[in-house]
Amino acid sequence: MLLVLVAHIVAATSAPVLVSWLGRRAFWVLAAAPASAVVYALAHTGDVLGGATPVQVVEWVPALGLQLAFRLDALAWLMLLAVGGIGTLVLLYCSAYFARSAHGLRRFAAVLTAFAGAMVGLVTADDLLLLFVFWELTTVFSYLLIGHYTDRKPSRRAAMQAIVVTTAGGLAMLVGLVILGVDGTWRLSDLVADPPHGPAVTVAVACLLAGAASKSALVPFHFWLPAAMAAPTPVSAYLHAAAMVKAGVYLVARFAPAYSDVPVWQVTVLVLGAGTMILGGYRALRQHDLKLLLAFGTVSQLGLLVLLLGFGTQAAALAGLALLGAHAMCKAALFLVVGVVDAATGTRDLRSLSGLARAMPGTAVAAVLATASMIGLPPTAGFVAKEAALAALLPDAGHAPPAGLLAAGGGAAAWVLLAAVVLGSALTVAYGLRFVWGAFGTRRATLPVAGMSAVGRQPLLLTGPPLVLAVLGVVAAVAAPAGEAVLGQHAGTYAGAPGHLALWDGGTPALGLTLAALALGVALFRWRGAVERAQDRLRVPAADGAYRRTMRRLDELAADVTGFTQRGSLPVYLGVILVVLAVGPGLAVAWGLVTGPLPVDLVPWDRPAQAAVVAVVGVAAVLAARSRRRLKAVILVGVAGYGNAVLFLLHGAPDLALTQVLCETVTLVVMVLVLRRLPPYFSGRPLAADRWVRLAVGVLTGVVMMVFAVVAPAARIHIPVAADFPEEAVSYGGGHDIVNVTLVDIRAWDTVGEISVLLVAATGVASIVFLRVRSGEVLRMPRARDGVPDGARVPGPLAAGRTLAPRRRSVLLEVATRIVFHAMIVFAVFLLLVGHDRPGGGFPAGLVVGIALTVRYLAGGRYELGEAAPVHPGLLLGTGLFLSAGVGLAALLFGGEVLQSWILDREVPVLGHVHVVTSLFFDVGVMLVVVGLALDILRTLGAELDRQAEEDGDTMTPGRTVGMAGATGETRLGVIGVTEALDGAPAQVPAGREGRP
Amino acid sequence: MNPEMVPSGVLVVAIGVLFAAGVYLLLERSLTRVLLGFILVGNGANLLMLVAGGRAGGAPIAGITPVDEMSDPLAQAMVLTSIVITLALTAFVLAMAYRSWQLNGHDEVADDVEDRRIARLAARNAPVYRDVDQGEAGTLDEDAAAARDETERDEAGDKTGEAT
Repeated sequence: MLLVLVAHIVAATSAPVLVSWLGRRAFWVLAAAPASAVVYALAHTGDVLGGATPVQVVEWVPALGLQLAFRLDALAWLMLLAVGGIGTLVLLYCSAYFARSAHGLRRFAAVLTAFAGAMVGLVTADDLLLLFVFWELTTVFSYLLIGHYTDRKPSRRAAMQAIVVTTAGGLAMLVGLVILGVDGTWRLSDLVADPPHGPAVTVAVACLLAGAASKSALVPFHFWLPAAMAAPTPVSAYLHAAAMVKAGVYLVARFAPAYSDVPVWQVTVLVLGAGTMILGGYRALRQHDLKLLLAFGTVSQLGLLVLLLGFGTQAAALAGLALLGAHAMCKAALFLVVGVVDAATGTRDLRSLSGLARAMPGTAVAAVLATASMIGLPPTAGFVAKEAALAALLPDAGHAPPAGLLAAGGGAAAWVLLAAVVLGSALTVAYGLRFVWGAFGTRRATLPVAGMSAVGRQPLLLTGPPLVLAVLGVVAAVAAPAGEAVLGQHAGTYAGAPGHLALWDGGTPALGLTLAALALGVALFRWRGAVERAQDRLRVPAADGAYRRTMRRLDELAADVTGFTQRGSLPVYLGVILVVLAVGPGLAVAWGLVTGPLPVDLVPWDRPAQAAVVAVVGVAAVLAARSRRRLKAVILVGVAGYGNAVLFLLHGAPDLALTQVLCETVTLVVMVLVLRRLPPYFSGRPLAADRWVRLAVGVLTGVVMMVFAVVAPAARIHIPVAADFPEEAVSYGGGHDIVNVTLVDIRAWDTVGEISVLLVAATGVASIVFLRVRSGEVLRMPRARDGVPDGARVPGPLAAGRTLAPRRRSVLLEVATRIVFHAMIVFAVFLLLVGHDRPGGGFPAGLVVGIALTVRYLAGGRYELGEAAPVHPGLLLGTGLFLSAGVGLAALLFGGEVLQSWILDREVPVLGHVHVVTSLFFDVGVMLVVVGLALDILRTLGAELDRQAEEDGDTMTPGRTVGMAGATGETRLGVIGVTEALDGAPAQVPAGREGRP
Repeated sequence: MNPEMVPSGVLVVAIGVLFAAGVYLLLERSLTRVLLGFILVGNGANLLMLVAGGRAGGAPIAGITPVDEMSDPLAQAMVLTSIVITLALTAFVLAMAYRSWQLNGHDEVADDVEDRRIARLAARNAPVYRDVDQGEAGTLDEDAAAARDETERDEAGDKTGEAT
């Protein structure tokens, strides 16, 4: 079985190449794939007859219990023959049907072959989820085939409609399959042999039937099938007559032995089946397009098939299986006939066709034989099957189930059902006659006859396949007893007395019903004019209109939901998140506090000094929130930050305090650097009401956070992971400062992630600010050989001080910088080296270097920054990340874990005892990344902003803004104020270095 | 309750004030204020993590502070990286604020125009995107009459057409 599937996969994947090489003859080669399915099925006929079921299982995902399980029983055997046999003939037919120059033939060949493979998998799969996979594959391939003419709107629309409807049903089916499989077995055969029952299973059964109904085009999902006739005719013959639409029927036949006694099953199957049969026949009666006529006829027959196979008795099931085979043969044959007619005459409209019986006798014979099978005339398989069906449905024949829906109304329901089937059969007779008469009859055509004179001999590959199928319909009728033996194997799994298949059973009541249906059908056809006029007066509401309205409503609903939730306003989004935080987790914690399980305990303070610092922090925070001046707000936030550092220190976290102080300093400087360019005041206040809302959300969040702060420590029930850190830090990490060892060793992976964030942020800042290039060059002082005249320059303590305008220079600052810079660098190195044992480490060291660079920049301008750090920050960031993460990998070479530390203790002359831990490299990497970040910030928000300001002529007008007169005036005043405070007037730029476009 | 874990009241108050003031600023439209709010909220969150780690103690340095007097080093390690990341984020948002000012003359976060447009269209049930396949469909009959396969005959017909 696997081999058959592999054959399909190979054929489908090689199809494009084959079509390139062989043109449309490639279909001959591709036909071998479905033919292999036929050969496989026929080779195992003996097994199936003997009741054996060959099984193949390949483990797929053992942990999930997913298996590629396949099983061949009588039902799968029948389906394999239909799918493989008709697939073979259709592919051969394609080689003659399509023009040599037809578009998209490569894709078409591949998809059609792949579809055949999916169908083979679907009917043999013995695993619920595997079944679903193949089910959806057929949906997708069908979508591609219906939409084959991608340039045609109806084609695209039909494809979309088909995939939406069948996928919706498929998803419902998946739910059903999961409900069935999750508690028991995923093996289909085991499930059907020992089906679970219960309320959940009832839901599952309803879901399964939804899937089957959508796939097999039952009312109310039937509308996609006629629209799918936009596909090429061979596709209609294969997918929409023989194969895919039979998938739903197959599903019903598969599960009926297990669940046909469930009430929801009976209601759905019988009502939908009978309703579909009548509606399809009724609509078929008034079609002029031959394909549409057959499509509605298919809908009708699918209804009957589902009804028979879902009925739940052995006799009905046997009749249903026989009808399944008969219908596959005759309907595929009829579609292929339409293709022949279409190809020969250029039209499918029966009003334009006349006298084709004489022009194409072979095709006409095929059509007559296939139609006879469809409407149930002897000696055809259709007649055998329909006789058996009517016999099985006769209420007093001893076949009907004793209880359930059919017993309702004292057995009247059973009679109603029988009447519906007879009526449906009569309609089938009427539209069958209409088809033959319309396609081949000789009469006065009501529309201009198109190209009829050009009808010549059709190629054998075009007329052969339908004729073969039609003749097979007769052969199968003769072989009815053999059919009963094979199909009985599956029918035997149903309840009730066995049925019977025979070409001639004598004068039974079923024969009478058949005659009645025939008579009624002939009458409907004889008086077709009256029937058509009656139908025109009595319009049935079209389901596809309802579908379109539903889809439009869905679109509108989606747009409404989007419009409601996606406000596009940052404050609204943040507000919603925060309110949800308060309402969700906040209320939950509050509830826990009120009802008692959460203990609450509080001490006023750990150390009295905390109270004083908290007072400062609190006041600063509140004032910052109220401030209208940017600078004031920034400085107040800075105060709060420094206060936090003190709180860290009081808490016993010197590392944090150090880092916080350094970070706060850099932040302040950076903020002020940018504020130079921004208006001094925040823009006009929003509405007062708005402010109260924000205040309310703020206070609410604050309260919730306070509750969390009280509850979180108390909620600890396990020993903290950090309990062993002190010991581990010394013995494994080789350091005494546990926080630092945690960063570079115990939780080094976290740190790698975090410095990666720094790298990304630094790169982001650079790319936002450097407009013309992705990252600016390193600004260096012009060398003497550049020959820069420097008459106006005054020498000073800093190399680049000369590049500043005299009134922007501060000698005091330059001298101080000269003194402290090197000391700061040495301090940074000290912090780095002691970090493993004392407060310090890569982060603070990098920040100290950053501050040292900041001082140089503030004192000497942007050229001074280039002189102080003549490297590209990208290099620092990259090297840093490499040292941290890359060197961590080196431990792998020595058989250790990634980022594992090695401790080296050596006696070195002069220095004495040296204790080195390899994680020092990690810390150096961290430091480099932080320095790179600081340098990037200074270069962009400092130096580049200077440059852009000078370019704007220091007018402080925002770049591409027009008509900002009022705002600009205010802007200019304030910003110059800040600028003066910082470095005064525009710098004098060394010629040849800048001012380049 | 473990006395080691009882939180300090003033720290809880500090957390509340920092969060309240921070959120108040965060809900503003000016990017600078949003950023300041973010920094305040970040400070509050750092304190919260510290408090969640337990009571104040000695610096977590082995050999100096006895193990049972140490404050929780894990919380501190996490807060330390968070501080530095806040710095990076501050620079990033500042760059955005500057760029916004450069382009628009202010640093306010404007509403998303596209979202507004969709909401407006949705309010009057107009289609929010253009779909070439939308619009009135033809009837089944019309579509069927227009649908033709590229069959062998077309080619022959074309040829005869060219010949005549």
